[in-house]
Amino acid sequence: MTISAILFLLVLLAAFSFFMGRQKVHAVYLKQRQNSDLDVRLRVKFTLPKYFGYVAALWSLVPALLVLMVIEIVDEPIITKQLTNYMVQSNINIEENFDLYLNEIQNLDVNHIEGIDPAKVKVFEKFSDLNSIASTAKSVVVLALAILMTVFGLKKITVDLPARQYFEKAIEIILLLAASIAVLTTVGIVLSVLFESIRFFGEIPVVDFMFGTQWSPQTAIRPDQVGSSATFGAVPLFIGTMLISFVALVVAVPLGLMSAIFLSEYASSKFRSFAKPVLEILAGIPTVVYGFFAALTVAPFIRQLGESVGLSVASESALAAGLVMGIMIIPFVSSLADDVISAVPQSMREGSLGLGATKSETIIKVLIPAALPGIVGGVLLAASRAIGETMIVVMAAGLAANLTVNPLNAVTTVTVQIVTLLTGDQEFDSAKTLAAFALGLMLFLTTLVLNVIALYVVRKYREQYD
Amino acid sequence: MSNQTDKATLASMHADHGTTVGQPFCDNAKLSTRNVDVYYADNQAIHDVSLDIGRNEVIALIGPSGCGKSTYLRCLNRMNDTIDICKVTGQLLLDGQNIYAKNQDPVLLRARVGMVFQKPNPFPKSIYDNVAYGPRIHGLTSNKAELDDLVEESLIKAGLFKEVKDRLEAPGTGLSGGQQQRLCIARTIAVQPEVILMDEPASALDPIATAIIEELISELRKNYTIVIVTHSMQQAARVSQRTAYFHLGKLIEVGETNQIFTNPKHELTEKYITGRFG
Ligand SMILES: Nc1ncnc2c1ncn2[C@@H]1O[C@H](COP(=O)(O)OP(=O)(O)OP(=O)(O)O)[C@@H](O)[C@H]1O
Ligand SMILES: [Mg+2]
Repeated sequence: MTISAILFLLVLLAAFSFFMGRQKVHAVYLKQRQNSDLDVRLRVKFTLPKYFGYVAALWSLVPALLVLMVIEIVDEPIITKQLTNYMVQSNINIEENFDLYLNEIQNLDVNHIEGIDPAKVKVFEKFSDLNSIASTAKSVVVLALAILMTVFGLKKITVDLPARQYFEKAIEIILLLAASIAVLTTVGIVLSVLFESIRFFGEIPVVDFMFGTQWSPQTAIRPDQVGSSATFGAVPLFIGTMLISFVALVVAVPLGLMSAIFLSEYASSKFRSFAKPVLEILAGIPTVVYGFFAALTVAPFIRQLGESVGLSVASESALAAGLVMGIMIIPFVSSLADDVISAVPQSMREGSLGLGATKSETIIKVLIPAALPGIVGGVLLAASRAIGETMIVVMAAGLAANLTVNPLNAVTTVTVQIVTLLTGDQEFDSAKTLAAFALGLMLFLTTLVLNVIALYVVRKYREQYD
Repeated sequence: MSNQTDKATLASMHADHGTTVGQPFCDNAKLSTRNVDVYYADNQAIHDVSLDIGRNEVIALIGPSGCGKSTYLRCLNRMNDTIDICKVTGQLLLDGQNIYAKNQDPVLLRARVGMVFQKPNPFPKSIYDNVAYGPRIHGLTSNKAELDDLVEESLIKAGLFKEVKDRLEAPGTGLSGGQQQRLCIARTIAVQPEVILMDEPASALDPIATAIIEELISELRKNYTIVIVTHSMQQAARVSQRTAYFHLGKLIEVGETNQIFTNPKHELTEKYITGRFG
């Protein structure tokens, strides 16, 4: 039986328990509600029969699901183990990597086994056997447990059961589980990045990485080539990232904030309901589109403009990438800022206007301070987006790791280099590959620091209304 | 003609012609309004109200909830402009100048006609900054010392200074409801308007704070014109010279406060002040 069939049966069973559980208390419940004794009435008054149904459904569902999960996790190793034992017993030896071999076995097609090594076919047959045994065992165990728990649960359901409280508790636990999955995943990612980075720093000293100004990760194939040893100085990448993000924010923050103020305070509600979604589309355009827009339109334009005033501009420049990226992230600033400014209570506006303040005075002195957390949040979101953006940079700012703060030069960014490090066939533990993790870690730390700063700014300057 | 029939006649007269009983007009009007209609979209909230508000008088607006007191009050400083769907017609004059004229600057108008709202709405700023807000935007003081004095004076007038003098830098939103309302009053008088509109300024206050506010109102009357909306008949009787009774968006009766409370001419007014509805 497949997993989905098992799940389907479990859901059916849970629905059955729900109705049975509800039905079981229903009559008693109605009678008790009419009882002349207040105590008896109160006992059922705030617990609807459906809560008994929910508890019954949880009894049939949760233990079975937990067991199913455990089986799903352990069954593959067990099958593999059995298979190895079988291969040893029947003297089947393989030269290749066992994992690869297993993979081939798994991918064998029952209908096309002619002409394949008979030993392999034997292993395949054993594998299929084991699989079907496991699958049957799984179905039997899980469904038996579910039925058992259903019977048990329904037996326990009486009107005196604090069903509503149980259900609330169950909801709380489910929510907690959901939250922990998110947190654990984050922790897991950070830890794996951290460990890989530590391996990298075992080969390349931390100081060289953090303060080195030369980034050329390519190891030469022949020793007599130029640059035969790779250098991993990350400074140019981070400067490049900051430069482009800075340009982007210089574009996006004023434009976004001003359009937010216009939309929330000046525009008619009709215009707002039309313009806001349109503005938000900016964030939905694929970045590749922005990329070629930057590379084919903006970059040449800036280059011509620069040359006409006698500046030398690289054909791929940080300015072009930053400008286009800035346009892209406008909605992150404007949409959030618009929401929080609109959310400032009308009484604040009236209080200020009632004292003879103009609209702009009201906005600057009352609305923006009150909306500051949301505005900073929007800017932060935009900044993280700018820092993480890759495609526009690849297309418009290039791959050259120049150490410069001149936005007219070509630069590259951390994310772009991570991509170039990891694309193509790589050995997984060369310094070149591991460098990607170190860069990722640094990027993570950068955004973390940015968040902490923003939190501090908000705490310090926020004017909290209630 | 007995008293009873007299009232009935007047009531039917009102129903027929939409006229207001009593003396809605006065010679020395600071604010003068004629045939004011207010609509929220298609829903008419004020019907043909004509009323004068005399210089240096305190006029109380009373009436059951939803009868349009706040709406009428908010016409007087064009606060209704902030509500998109709200439309005001009729003639409204401040010192003979049309409040709703095209060339009338609502910002200046609101500096001259200050407002204290029904629900306290201090800014999320310090107590000091709340009071200094108006003087700062209007440049009423030329240095910090003058501003300090003005803030202190306004807080004293509003009866709040003693309670907050040690924490002027604390946020105004951290005060109790009654304190917040007095802060809003201090904030309004710091701008030194000519007219002060008060929308139930004491509805969140205890009797002591209410007494302070009422005393303040009597004090302010020397220099200001005050329109106060209140649900407390006693308060209206204590602070106002004239009282106007609104009912379902119509101005039913206006008169000397004493007369309104002792000898109302209109049936509806009488019903309201004797507590038979409202
Ligand atoms: N912003 C608004 N939009 C639509 N209708 C409104 C608005 N404000 C008030 N109204 C309507 O106008 C009428 C008068 O309301 P108003 O607030 O002036 O009453 P009020 O006399 O101040 O009542 P209260 O004593 O309860 O404060 C009510 O019917 C109300 O529903
Ligand atoms: Mg009101």
